Amino acid sequence: MRIRPLGVFAVLYLVFLYAPIILLPIFAFNDGTVIAFPLRGFTFEWFAELATIPALHEATLNSLIIAVSVAVLATCLGLFAARAATRYEFPLKGGIMGFIMLPLVLPEVIVAISLLVVLMQLGIETSVFTIILGHTLLCMPFAIAILQGSFAGLDRSLEEAAVDLGETRAGAFRLVILPLVSPGIGASLLICFIISLDEFIIAFFLSGNEPTLPVYLWGQLRFPARLPVVMALGTILVVLSIVLLVVADGVRRRGLRRVGAETSGGMV
Amino acid sequence: MGRGLTREARQGLMTLSPALVFALLLLAVPLLTIVLFSFWTQNFLDIDRTFTLANYQEALTDPLYRALMMRSLRISASVTAVTVVLAFPIAYFISFHVRPERKALWLFLITIPFWTSYLIRIFLWRVILAYDGPINGTLVELGMIEEPLSWILYNANAVVITLAHAFAPFAILPIFVSLEKIDRSLLEAAKDLGEGAVMTFCRVTLPLAMPGVLAAVLIVSIPTVGDYVTPRLVGGSGGTMIANMIYVQIFDLSNRPMGATLAVVAMLTVTITLAWAILHVRFWVHLSDRVGGGIVGLALAGVAAAVDIGILYWLFVPRVELFGWELPFGGQMVAWEFAGGAQLFGAAGSLGLMAAIMTGGAIAIAVFLPKGRWGI
Repeated sequence: MRIRPLGVFAVLYLVFLYAPIILLPIFAFNDGTVIAFPLRGFTFEWFAELATIPALHEATLNSLIIAVSVAVLATCLGLFAARAATRYEFPLKGGIMGFIMLPLVLPEVIVAISLLVVLMQLGIETSVFTIILGHTLLCMPFAIAILQGSFAGLDRSLEEAAVDLGETRAGAFRLVILPLVSPGIGASLLICFIISLDEFIIAFFLSGNEPTLPVYLWGQLRFPARLPVVMALGTILVVLSIVLLVVADGVRRRGLRRVGAETSGGMV
Repeated sequence: MGRGLTREARQGLMTLSPALVFALLLLAVPLLTIVLFSFWTQNFLDIDRTFTLANYQEALTDPLYRALMMRSLRISASVTAVTVVLAFPIAYFISFHVRPERKALWLFLITIPFWTSYLIRIFLWRVILAYDGPINGTLVELGMIEEPLSWILYNANAVVITLAHAFAPFAILPIFVSLEKIDRSLLEAAKDLGEGAVMTFCRVTLPLAMPGVLAAVLIVSIPTVGDYVTPRLVGGSGGTMIANMIYVQIFDLSNRPMGATLAVVAMLTVTITLAWAILHVRFWVHLSDRVGGGIVGLALAGVAAAVDIGILYWLFVPRVELFGWELPFGGQMVAWEFAGGAQLFGAAGSLGLMAAIMTGGAIAIAVFLPKGRWGI
């Protein structure tokens, strides 16, 4: 096979993209307290230490509660929005949808401080609940983007047939549309879960004294002695994310095949 | 819901309402609140609710805020340039050289790193770029440098490298989508009509891919201006950005109105700069097309670009030197006088005038010139 310059560039680019992720497990299993080369030896010590930190367990629990709630909330809201955007025409559609998708491009710091200022003004204590609200706002555009892909492939006559055969609108939606878009719903739940689990800025601004996993990690980055443990935790998170992604992509692809759409194209 | 709406429109808006109400309550209301806060002042523990522009005057004149804002813009522009320039060949490669059944795999490979822990990725760049890190280690080992490079960590360069990594998929995906949409028969037609590979790329592929490039520019440049974590972890003191200052104002100095003002100023600056840039590109492309493109068109567009950028530069800096010869009057002085001197807004006024000129020019172009063949 002829070696093309563009192909070489693409491979180098992948190395650039994967460099941090490849280094992560190397340091997580390295038997040295300093995160630098040369490597010392192989150890599971840092992973074992993870089990002995109560603050970490608390943060993990907070993160899981938030991520599950956000996945459900954002997907439900996204379901309505994606359905409206693909099925109906209404005035100002572009503007309204653009506004709902705004968190996708807005700097997270802006979203975070504006929410924080409002909460402070209303006298609401920041907590797990406020992070759920913030994350749902952030995840909703992703849910809409994924679900729009599922809804767009639907044949409208299926729904009309159900209505003609005596189903109500709601019944047709539940019995015909929902099963067809269920892979999209699954993918959306997983993606929102991953985004929320990993999100830092909003959680950092709105967490109060209930830290999430990334907020806990951020606190640990200041202490050099804690870094190997952080690397171990990071490795687990990365593996978890990749597994969830592969599942989400598989689910989404199966769904697309079911409605007969092409399966090329990315997640976002 | 007015009676003027059709049944379908009513149904659509009803279906959309849960998401819309949520976004209004958690996005529109908070954004309007920080705009409101920016006109108030912090009075020890209380908020003084009298309307004032004092925050804006301070935000626009204080050298520290100005320096941070300019640096954030500069870093964001560099990140956008680096990311888009690196992303284009990748998107092109996947779209044109990868077999159709392998495309999804390539896209998946490119998006995976983006989904893994953001904090940890940035932290690992600190390890990679460190004085005793793998890059310096390898280069010293290979004898390419004698001493480890110190300019790659704890400064703006490190922020640019790290952000270019973090935003890679955001640039690749939109460009890929627009490249995929290109009708391949157009390229064959160009070839049949005698265009070479390079000219076909410049005159057919690139213009058709411009909507994707534009989307990539927007989706990379806006969030990077407000990045907080990267400057904190790899930026050192030379890489601090406006978001770090917003954080300090709100949490360390508990001056929420000032934090809100800086946030509003940051968003306005980005919006105006991007609108200016995009619409002026439309203008330059239009000029180039007017004279039939080619070398002449390129030269004309280049001159127009130089003049446009020169005007902004002249307005922004106090004095301008050209080849060692100083212009008799700096743009900011003129603008200062124009804005009412020290009595009114002073230096803030000159920035206001600059913003007005940029916005006015952009609006004029938007109104009078149609969308060009670049789709912008």
